[in-house]
Amino acid sequence: MKFVDEFRDPEMARRVLERIHAVVEEIPTTAQRPLQIMEVCGGHTHSIFRYGLEELLPDKIEMVHGPGCPVCVLPMGRVDDCVAIAEQPDVIFTTFGDAMRVPGSKKSLQQANSDGCDVRMVYSPMDALDIARKNPRKNVVFFGLGFETTMPSTALTLLQADREGVTNFSLFCNHITIIPTIKAILDSPDMVIDGFLGPGHVSMVIGKAPYEFIASHYKRPLVIAGFEPLDILQSMLMVVEQIRDGKALVENQYKRIVPEQGNNNALKAVGEVFELREFFEWRGLGSIDHSGVRIREKYARFDAERLFAVEPAHVADPKACQCGEVLKGVLKPWECKLFGEQCNPETPIGALMVSTEGACSAYYSYGKIDVKQAV
Amino acid sequence: MNKPKRTLRAKTITMAHGAGGKAMRDLIEDVFVGTFANPDLEQLEDQARFELAELMQSGAQLAFTTDSYVVDPVEFPGGDIGSLAVNGTVNDIAVSGAIPKYLSCGMILEEGLDVELLRRVVVSMKAAADKAGVTIVTGDTKVVPKGKGDKIFINTSGIGVIPEGVDISATNCRVGDKIIVNGLIGDHGAAILNARGDLALDVTLETDCQALNELVQTMLKVCPDVHAIRDASRGGVATVLCEFAESSAVSIRLQEEQVPVRDTVRGVCEILGLDALYFANEGKLVAAVPADKAEAVLAAMRNHPAGKDSAIIGEVIESNYNRVLVKTHFGGERILDMLVGEQLPRIC
Repeated sequence: MKFVDEFRDPEMARRVLERIHAVVEEIPTTAQRPLQIMEVCGGHTHSIFRYGLEELLPDKIEMVHGPGCPVCVLPMGRVDDCVAIAEQPDVIFTTFGDAMRVPGSKKSLQQANSDGCDVRMVYSPMDALDIARKNPRKNVVFFGLGFETTMPSTALTLLQADREGVTNFSLFCNHITIIPTIKAILDSPDMVIDGFLGPGHVSMVIGKAPYEFIASHYKRPLVIAGFEPLDILQSMLMVVEQIRDGKALVENQYKRIVPEQGNNNALKAVGEVFELREFFEWRGLGSIDHSGVRIREKYARFDAERLFAVEPAHVADPKACQCGEVLKGVLKPWECKLFGEQCNPETPIGALMVSTEGACSAYYSYGKIDVKQAV
Repeated sequence: MNKPKRTLRAKTITMAHGAGGKAMRDLIEDVFVGTFANPDLEQLEDQARFELAELMQSGAQLAFTTDSYVVDPVEFPGGDIGSLAVNGTVNDIAVSGAIPKYLSCGMILEEGLDVELLRRVVVSMKAAADKAGVTIVTGDTKVVPKGKGDKIFINTSGIGVIPEGVDISATNCRVGDKIIVNGLIGDHGAAILNARGDLALDVTLETDCQALNELVQTMLKVCPDVHAIRDASRGGVATVLCEFAESSAVSIRLQEEQVPVRDTVRGVCEILGLDALYFANEGKLVAAVPADKAEAVLAAMRNHPAGKDSAIIGEVIESNYNRVLVKTHFGGERILDMLVGEQLPRIC
């Protein structure tokens, strides 16, 4: 398949892997402790497991699976709010598919749907707007979630609704922004990360500049990476080469998609519709300053939070849950007390077990550890 | 005897068509008996009756199965709920090595259903049954009020006869067995997803819906000792392999690059973040075949229209863990587990 198979060429992968192995051998500190490289984005986590990349990398590289899975870091309280909105009379609640199963403190949207709410899966916010046009007597709410990747399409949909004068469409805004969260992880005293694979699709929108502080202030290399297995391997090579050479730069491996300056039109739409919240609650990480956005006053009539008077319900993460430590690279998923026992994909307790992009779920389903034991 | 005595003139199904009176007789005699057209059904008894002696001539054991069909949309590229309801049950019988003989047909119709649509579905059932060499010998019809069903639900049960000496079971996989699939996987799942229309993808995808009974008999001719066969319907090839591993207490290693998947289906998977190994099929089987017979079985399968894209996709390996491992195209390895819930498209 064109534009896919080229990025999965095993021969090319073998050559890149050889170079990664060679470069890592030249880094003296790896004799004492392995390098810890964080892939920030859940899409990368998925590819790494899907293609079994981790076991192809040198033992001296440990992957730390980052917080970039928007479904995983959604706090339970927010799911409860979604269910509360969906339970209002005459509401059609629309959502991306993988948010259907995220557990709230009482139920998921999937369960709400079985209990009689009208919850519909859509592939784009424009589909939700279309449902609103076709159901003028219903209030159609779109569950906006995700990082800067999905923010522009939500913003543009809202602006479209505004232009058309659609009055029965609103947005329950749970968009979050990745930079403050990377900063929070870097500021954490037990942080052990040596370098980053930077998010690909987020960077397509925000460009390269917002990451510069990671290199200049925290002296860690970051390479913006694509999602195909060869993208990930090449980016890994770029990161370890920087570490070997004592450099800390922001580089862009995903040039075919990510412009250095980001996407100006997308950023304009986002800036027009959204503003930063003072703080936002993340599952597993707690409250992080300026890490979420809300709808500006100007578009208040499209804001489900205002329309349905949602008081953000605070539901604490379960006490035993160690997602925070796993996210920071302090614990491996299977070192968590709950992993695989109380916490598994059928009954997830922590954020990272929720979506297939979550590190724990990926470990559980694709069984990285088991592969070695199983044969 | 062959001409229906009564004619259904209604354009839509009403509650009267399930009420046991004249309207129901019109529906049954015109649409069902008229179309399925066979002497067993035309008796209009409450049950079909078979000569035991005749069944006993063709084998040693009876195979009996049932399945219900509730697909949305009812008609989709390459098939409809009718062909699905016949082939699905035929295949459930066939993968035991049995020769399918008779089917029942229970229909639950939603009030307001277009009679023309119903006729098309029933004609399609008849065509599928003829092709598979089975007879629909008994049936039942119910009508539910509008909103209490979704157009048409069909249940079919089936009876087949297992020839002497055939012993196919998911518990029979042995270390060294080759895993064979009879063609491109995931077509049905992808076609249904696409036919629902909310993907707005500009692709042509058809269901793979077909009967597998002839193909299974072809395989058994070459190798009467085929160890395990299952049709890979809901849950896809991945689920069948997990069942094999669990039931036979073995592990299976799959070679990802050997698994035949159509480019269009791969494309759908790439876009939505789904895995074709979990997509439903309606004309695909997965078999565990003794290694020394695998090439011969494969060749015979490829010579049959229902198996022309057959491929060896993996083998049964020694292990204490009863898991399915996938060797990726890339040289990496991962574990293939059963699905938790349904496959949901990923956000980004």
